[in-house]
Amino acid sequence: MIEQIIFIVISLFTLMMGWIVVSNNNLFHAALALMASFLGVAGLYVMLDAGFLAMAQLLVYIGAISILIIFAIMLTRRMMQTEESPFNSQPGLAGITAVSVFAVIAFIFWQMREFWPLGAGEGAMPPADKSIILGSVAKLGEYFVSPDAFVLPFEVASVMLLAALIGSIWVAWPKTEDES
Amino acid sequence: MISDWRFIAFFVVLAPLFPALPIGINLLLGPRKPNYIKQQIYECGVETVGDTWVQFKVQYYIYALIFVIFDIEAVFLFPIAAAYGQVGLFAVIEIALFIIILTAALAYAWGRGVLEWV
Amino acid sequence: MSFSFLEFLKSLVELTTGTYLRQVWGAKPWVDPTLDAIGVILVATFGLLIVLVLIWLERKVIARFQDRIGPNRVGGKYGLLQPVADALKLLTKEIITPSGADKWAYNLAPFLIVITALMMWAVMPFAPGVVGVDLNVGLFYVLAISSVSVVTVLLAGWGSNNKYALLGAFRAVAQMVSYEVPMILSLLIPIILARSMSSVDIVKAQTVPFAIVVPISALIFFISSLAEMGRTPFDLLEAESEIVAGFHIEYSGMKFAMFMLAEYISALFMSGLFTTVFLGGYRFFGLEMIKTASGFALGNLIGLIAFFVKMFVVFVVLVWIRGTLPRFRIDQMMDFNWKFLVPLSLALILVAALVDKALPVGVNDWTRAGVHLVSNVVVGAVTLEILRRNGRKQRTAHEEVRENADIETAAAH
Repeated sequence: MIEQIIFIVISLFTLMMGWIVVSNNNLFHAALALMASFLGVAGLYVMLDAGFLAMAQLLVYIGAISILIIFAIMLTRRMMQTEESPFNSQPGLAGITAVSVFAVIAFIFWQMREFWPLGAGEGAMPPADKSIILGSVAKLGEYFVSPDAFVLPFEVASVMLLAALIGSIWVAWPKTEDES
Repeated sequence: MISDWRFIAFFVVLAPLFPALPIGINLLLGPRKPNYIKQQIYECGVETVGDTWVQFKVQYYIYALIFVIFDIEAVFLFPIAAAYGQVGLFAVIEIALFIIILTAALAYAWGRGVLEWV
Repeated sequence: MSFSFLEFLKSLVELTTGTYLRQVWGAKPWVDPTLDAIGVILVATFGLLIVLVLIWLERKVIARFQDRIGPNRVGGKYGLLQPVADALKLLTKEIITPSGADKWAYNLAPFLIVITALMMWAVMPFAPGVVGVDLNVGLFYVLAISSVSVVTVLLAGWGSNNKYALLGAFRAVAQMVSYEVPMILSLLIPIILARSMSSVDIVKAQTVPFAIVVPISALIFFISSLAEMGRTPFDLLEAESEIVAGFHIEYSGMKFAMFMLAEYISALFMSGLFTTVFLGGYRFFGLEMIKTASGFALGNLIGLIAFFVKMFVVFVVLVWIRGTLPRFRIDQMMDFNWKFLVPLSLALILVAALVDKALPVGVNDWTRAGVHLVSNVVVGAVTLEILRRNGRKQRTAHEEVRENADIETAAAH
């Protein structure tokens, strides 16, 4: 019961911060709120027993991506303090997108309805054993390099990272004379 | 939630008290007489010129970008390292491939002169 | 089981008070949360109070390096109460908020920086069985929290509405994120060796301290943690002579003190982490496991003392480095990281992974350690040789340019 209340509180916090991200005029404050929202998501992961994922969320999203975003804000300083409204004029399109995303998520949840009553009640899935939860990180590592599991996505991830770096340096870095 | 993380949760809740206490005492004990001159921001013996939030160069951004790449790499490698007893010799080749591809990223950045601080 | 004060005292010395109290209180739902809360308060209070010792130690040691006496007035001949006096002074100072400061960021930063510095201690194993919590992702947790503290620096710098602060913050962040890469990479090798991310498991796996098994990685970790903390020779983010103390220049009173506090807490934490990961933590030639005939676990206390001695030795080495080395230039520092430490630690991971798998299963710890040691040192030596040749080539090229310039000047006359 207490866990569920905490879960709801963290979810509300995450959503509220998300609202600040899109509604705040000050870009830096929006970035801060984004970090807080990431922090909330990490909290949700912890609540769901995905400790490694939560820490990866802190390390990558708060420690790296947010810093990247703030550096990007510093590069585009003219946008920093704008008096204009941060809202655009496409409520219809946004509404359709939001509703369809929600529909997809709801559909997935409906498909998983046999797992719904977690932990309590008749026919409910029992909570996972502690040793399984603690061993899940090593299991993940095993699957990353196992040819039967995720080895291809794992290697593709590195190629994607390479492409991302080369692409962004190509865009951001001033070209030398023989290239342009 | 398994009990391991409860400790961390308590830490998150209780830790703010520790900086709050001295700052609170300071607010009680210290004088509070703000004035215009006192609150002026510092700049090398003169009043500050222009806007503080100046535009920074692209260098910082690129460093942060390379950092993101290597950070994500670490996130992938940490579980493998933790499971190193259970993986086969084949894993070494995969890790090597993974690292070499990312070293190529570093080499590209190096070759383009991105890593020179100017 | 009923409470007995004598037993309680014994459990205090034995460092098993938590287990004892759990026995006394029985299995009630409030017992574990209460013990957790007490644990948090103990760990955090330790983190805060130890700073008083650290400041005194650093001032005294650095004074000796510079042929001075150091603090010697307040609190007797050795100036023992000097940090307390400093703290009291700061408590009575006015907290000045600079005009035009970003209130949210400015006020949040001192809180967050102390919180993150304290939170890292949660997974530090002080003695056998004495650890805040033994997370299965222990080291990863440390890295995650320390990456959050990077954001704090940015908050402080941005919030202050000061060019120096912002410049200092940006420099600091660029430096911290850069050096986080070799730090993370060199932490991977102990994890490969111990096959676990938990700090306790890593200590248990060190029959041979990892500083002997993989000395080059240990060195890389040490150097990059110096930079991560912003200590000399990597203290560009403070650089008093250039940007007057960097990101916390506009802070005063206790808010300023919070930054110093966090700096010292994380300096000691990094010493502790180095001790845990590379110097065997609380292990001391098996003495940490001994029990007296009556079943009294004396070893725990020995372990605690061993851990503290090791940790403070590492801390004094930090001070020693501060007293010895001048500051790097920022381009040198970035080059050193991206063109030397990162490639080297990548190579070390590859070699360690290969060697570890190439060894037959069931080989004893000392042989394994020996093979790792040799491979580690060979990689280090090869890298240094490449660097040496490269350096010589650059020097020769530089000298040729200068000679040509000399000839041209001579011809011009």
